[in-house]
This record gives sequence, C-alpha cells and structure tokens, in this order.
Amino acid sequence: MPTNGETARQVRIKDLTLWQRTYIPEIVKGMVLTFKQILRPKFTRQYPEERWNPPSSFRGRPVLVEEEGVERCVACGLCARVCPALAIEVQGSETDLEKERYPIKFEINMLRCIFCGFCEEACPEEAIVMSDEYELVFTDPEKAIYGKDRLLMSADRLRPRLEFLRRAR
Amino acid sequence: MVTITLDGKQLEVDGKRTIIEAAREHGIEIPHFCWHPKLSVAGNCRICLVEVEKLPKLVIACATQVADGMVVHTNTPKVVNAREAVMEFLLINHPLDCPICDEAGECKLQDYAYKLSVGYSRFDENKVHKPKRVALGPHVMLDTERCIMCSRCVRFCEEIAHKPQLTFSQRGDHVELTTFPGEQLDNPYSMNTIDICPVGALTSRDFRFKARVWEMSATETVCPGCARGCNMYSWVRNNEILRQTPRFNPEVNEYWMCDAGRLGTFKHVNSDGRIKAPLMKKDAGVVEVGWDEAISRVVSEIRTFRKNFAAIGSAYATNEDNYLFQKFAREVLGTKHIDFMRHVVEGEQDDILLREDKTPNSLGAVEVGVRPKDGGLSFDGIVKAIKERQIKAMYIIDDNVAINPTVAAALQKLEFLVVNSSLENETTRLADVVLPSSTFAERHGTFTNFQGRVQRIRPSVATLEQDRALDGFAMSRLDAFGTPHDRWAKGVKRDARPTWRIIAAIASAMGTKYKYNTSEDVFNELASTVGSFKGMSYRKLGSWGMKLKAGVAVPA
Ligand code: SF4
Ligand code: SF4
Ligand code: SF4
Ligand code: SF4
Repeated sequence: MPTNGETARQVRIKDLTLWQRTYIPEIVKGMVLTFKQILRPKFTRQYPEERWNPPSSFRGRPVLVEEEGVERCVACGLCARVCPALAIEVQGSETDLEKERYPIKFEINMLRCIFCGFCEEACPEEAIVMSDEYELVFTDPEKAIYGKDRLLMSADRLRPRLEFLRRAR
Repeated sequence: MVTITLDGKQLEVDGKRTIIEAAREHGIEIPHFCWHPKLSVAGNCRICLVEVEKLPKLVIACATQVADGMVVHTNTPKVVNAREAVMEFLLINHPLDCPICDEAGECKLQDYAYKLSVGYSRFDENKVHKPKRVALGPHVMLDTERCIMCSRCVRFCEEIAHKPQLTFSQRGDHVELTTFPGEQLDNPYSMNTIDICPVGALTSRDFRFKARVWEMSATETVCPGCARGCNMYSWVRNNEILRQTPRFNPEVNEYWMCDAGRLGTFKHVNSDGRIKAPLMKKDAGVVEVGWDEAISRVVSEIRTFRKNFAAIGSAYATNEDNYLFQKFAREVLGTKHIDFMRHVVEGEQDDILLREDKTPNSLGAVEVGVRPKDGGLSFDGIVKAIKERQIKAMYIIDDNVAINPTVAAALQKLEFLVVNSSLENETTRLADVVLPSSTFAERHGTFTNFQGRVQRIRPSVATLEQDRALDGFAMSRLDAFGTPHDRWAKGVKRDARPTWRIIAAIASAMGTKYKYNTSEDVFNELASTVGSFKGMSYRKLGSWGMKLKAGVAVPA
C-alpha cells in the first residue's frame, strides 16, 4: 500500500498524436503476428475426431486386470483402505480357484476418484492399475459408480502400463 | 509378595506368578504366541524370551516363576536378537497370505513381524506346502500352512471345552494340526479356537472372506442366546452384522462364548422375515399401515377391553421394556394378569457356559415386575382364562408364545390381540395389530443374567429413526467418513422401535403421560423403584455390568 498520495496517482497520457489515433500501426503489428502464426505448424488437435494416446506413465481411470477370464484381484481391500477419496468398495467371497478369495463386488465411484494411483501402488497382486482411458462422461451420479462389468480390462490391453510399472519398481 | 525389577521398574508381585503374568498385571506386555491367561503353559513358541540377571541363558517368561530380587530385562540386544531369530524361524515356511487371510489386521504374527522382526527374509528355498482348506468341523476351517504349532487350540479343547479333539501329527517342518481319527472339531465351543489362534490358521466357515476386520465397527454388547449372557462384540459393516466374537468378562464368560450363541443370535436381524411396518387386520386381510393409525386402533381397543386384558411380557426383552410394560399393564390396561413364557430346554446345560434357560433375561423380567401379583393369573392361568372367555384381549411383547400349539389355540379365541414383534411368526399371524419392534441389536438397554448380573446391551445396527453418529454408535472408518450418498453407507435401515418407546407412545395417546426420551430415563426410574436395582446407572454398569442387590428374593 502506498502511503504517499503522489506515488499512487496514475499518470495518463491523454493526447495521442494523429498517427497514433488512426490505430493503423497497431493493427499492422497485430496482423503480422497473425500471419506469422498461420504459416507455423499447428498444435490444435481435432478432438474427438483425432484422439490422443497417452504414454504408459499416464494415470487414466483405474481398472481391474483380467487374466484368463478372471480378475487377478483377491479382494484384500488394501486399495479401498488406501484410497484417499474413499472411492473403492470391495466385498470378498470364497472361490474354488487357487486364489481362494475373489471380489464378489468391486465398485469404484468415478466421481470420487482423484486419479492419484495409490490403489495401484498398494495392490499386492498388481490387480488394479491406472489405464490409459480418460474419457469419463455420465449424466447420472449412479452411473458414475463402475462395477466389475466396466472395470475389468484384459492384461494384454494393459501391457504397456504393466511394463511401465515393472520398470518403475 | 516378592519384589522384582522389570526393565528398571520395581514391581511388587505375587510370588506364585510367572514373569509374563507379573508383567501383565502391571500393564507390560511381553510378546507371546502360545501363552494364554486361561490355558496351561506350553512354552513352545519361544517368542517370550527374556534375560534374567545371574542366569546363564535367556529364559521364557511364560514358564519362569518370579523370585524375590529377580532382575528381568525384556529389551537388551541379546533378547532383541533372540526374538528376531524366533520370528525368522516362524516366518520361514509361513505363506505370504496376508492379502487373503481373514486374520490380517488382528494377527499376532503380523503385528510382531512389524514390531520384532528385521523386515526381510534370508530364506530363498522353497517353502513347505500343506493343505490349505481343511474343514476341521462344521464351523472351523484350517489352513495348515499358516499354523505356527502354538497348540493353543489343542489345549483349549482339552482344558476348557473338555473335549480333546485336536492334536499334531508328523514332525519337524511337516507338523500338521489334525483331528483325532474319526473325530471332528464339533464341540459346542469349537469356534473359540478361531479367536485364540494367534494366526489365520483357523477361520470361521460362516464369516470366511466376508470382510476385512478394519472395515467393521465393533460394538460392546451381550449375547441373547441363553441366561448366561456372554459378553461379546457385534461386528457391523454397512448396517449389517457379519460376526460376533466373545468379549472378556471375568465374572460371566471369561474369554469364551458358545458356537450356538455366536452364530445363532444375529442372522434374524438382517433377515427377510422382519416386520417391515405396523400391520393391521382389516376386512381385506392384513395390511401395512402407518404408526399413527396402528396406535390409534390399539388405543380405541384398549378403551373397549380395559380390565379384560392380559399382558405377556418377555424374557427376550430388556429390563427397561419389561419394566415399562408391566407398569403400563397395571396403570393403563388395568390388569393384574401379567406374566411371561419361559423357554427352558432341559438337559441343554453344562458346567462351562451354556444354560437351560434359552432367554437372556428371565430373572430380570421377574425382578422388574412381570409376574402375577395381588391375585393375578400366571401364564397357564391366563391361557385357561382365555379359553373360558374371561380374558378377551391381550398385549404380547417380543415373544413368539404361539409356538406352543395349546397357546396358539387359545389366542384364536381372543377378541383383540396386539403384538410387538421384530419377526413374522406364529403369534404375529394371529394378531389384530402388529407393531414392529427393534431387535436386541438395535436397542439400548439391559439384560439380567442367571447370576443376577445386570449387563448393558448396545445397538450395533441402526433403525430408520437412528443415526450412527448422533446416537453414539460404534463407528467404522467408512461410517465416519462416508456420506449418505455413498452406496456403502446406505445399508438397509428398518422401521422398528424399541418396545419401551411403543408402550410410551400408546400410553401418551391415552392421556397417561410417560415422559421418557431414552431407555436410560426408563432405567433410572426402574433403578429408583425396584429395590434390587438400587444404585445402578448406565454409567456404573460400564462394560462388565453389576450384580443385583442381595437380600432380594430370587424366585425359582
Ligand atoms: S486412483 Fe486414487 S482416488 Fe482413484 S480409486 Fe485409486 S486410490 Fe482412489
Ligand atoms: S488391492 Fe488389489 S487385490 Fe486387493 S482388493 Fe484392491 S485390487 Fe483387489
Ligand atoms: S491352528 Fe492356530 S491355535 Fe492351533 S496350533 Fe496352529 S497356530 Fe496355534
Ligand atoms: S453360553 Fe449362552 S450367552 Fe453364552 S454365547 Fe452361548 S448362548 Fe450366548
């Protein structure tokens, strides 16, 4: 805050010259800039016609890794426990498979998820990973709760991410 | 009394105690797997090694008696080293099962691996594999790989349940826990082995894989399965009870509870058989109605049949419910025919916990006045009087008395029957009005066990009118941080009310003002009017309850 009234006063230049008042030099300067940009390469992406494929380090929506028709997940609940946004609900049950335990219910509320990737980091089975999908649109909050049907994704499809995780470890 | 020095602290202890017991009495825990305060000393896990000055080697604290002037160290480098070695041996063949193991979160091995272990393994050979899903009995599943051979379960069956059913076979790292040939782990107390197993080797077949322990809230309450009234925790996730486990009470059940009480007393709370709304018999049949309509119907019937009523209390209801009910029966219904039905199964009793009386509160019901006084009729007398049409109307709370065919036949002769019930049953089917009452798991209140111990029950499941946070429920992390919009916070809430509240509402509608806001208000009045309850309050009852005042006649 200025304490002195003198320094606070704005000095306005009231009297422009005639040449300045035509604005022509300013317009010319602007147009030069515009035409320069026209000739340069474009950065704009024609989304959604032209999609962006994120690198494997990208954290898109979390998904469950599916191998040979079943999820790797053993319903240990560590992802749900670590999730800072309380987005995950897991309920376990018994299966005859060797892993003994599987998620009878696995839901992620995508309105809660903040894409932090903690779930991926906590999982002892590498069963939940951050996919490359970033297009999440819903018109109804109930539809934002993704069940197993929408969370399962094949390990093949997730190969780049799984390899990235191994490298990063 | 002798004086020992434990980690620099001088302790006065009983000379008959072992080091581990002496330390425990003074609030110091020496790590242990196989030692248990109520079982014999086995001394096989070796994790409780401590250093005693002037003794050449480390000794196990569980089997070494204290002596005057003994100087004990529990944290010298020598001890720490020895414990790390013990942990390393225990973990050599232990599977990496924590993610799928029900014990995770309440596992001694897991806790000690954090506290006492070095945090990595030098063992890179193959682990010994053993059978993973062995049903030892109807309720207990064994994962042989996880067993650390502490023998707690073996000793429990022998020493507490008096049914030696478990033993070890093989030797070395091939030791396996097993039942004796031709035997099953099927004693009435078998599931206590699950609680005392320090690892996840023994799991409940009923609860298996249903939830992680940290997702549930644990409420201190009392088992309603018989007149023993074992103290227990009720474990709830998403407003649904998933398991019950015993809670230590030295005067009642120590560390144990029976399998029947553990498994058989909570399923009905979440069942489809619950009464969903007040029911009323109309010309068109039984219909669901609102509370106001049901209560005004009861009020008008009471006006019609006043003094022709009989009142049946319940040994399943709380002291508060029974107290207010008998007061209501005398003051509002104008009857002295007040009694309740007993549910005694002869022969189903032992010297451990189980009682023949399969209700939690029959002594309490009698104490608070649910009994015929001043020439009133007893239960059998009431049934007879209905047949002879001397009694025309009846109010029954929280008991399925029509399970007895003679009683059911009599009830059919009534001109008006109103019932408070949680579940649909033979009695509600005969009723003109059914008012949905909450179960023991949804009520605050007290039970009086066969010893005359008054014990608090606390709600673990919320009804429609209750809120976990506002009504002081035990809260899990999800309960505490979820919003009403989260699916996992939207468990089924039922439209049911505790019996004392239903009674108070009817009395108020009839112009008799019963001003109780909580069951504690009812209890305070009960404690000031019933001699044997003198001096009791919810706060004083605490976790372990209080005994009824002696010198007050206890009827047979
Ligand atoms: S990415 Fe983060 S916020 Fe989203 S589900 Fe995983 S842990 Fe929760
Ligand atoms: S942490 Fe992994 S294994 Fe555990 S519940 Fe989550 S996804 Fe399943
Ligand atoms: S099953 Fe459990 S209680 Fe029994 S010996 Fe093994 S570790 Fe001990
Ligand atoms: S002994 Fe009785 S009170 Fe104890 S758990 Fe069994 S049924 Fe419940």
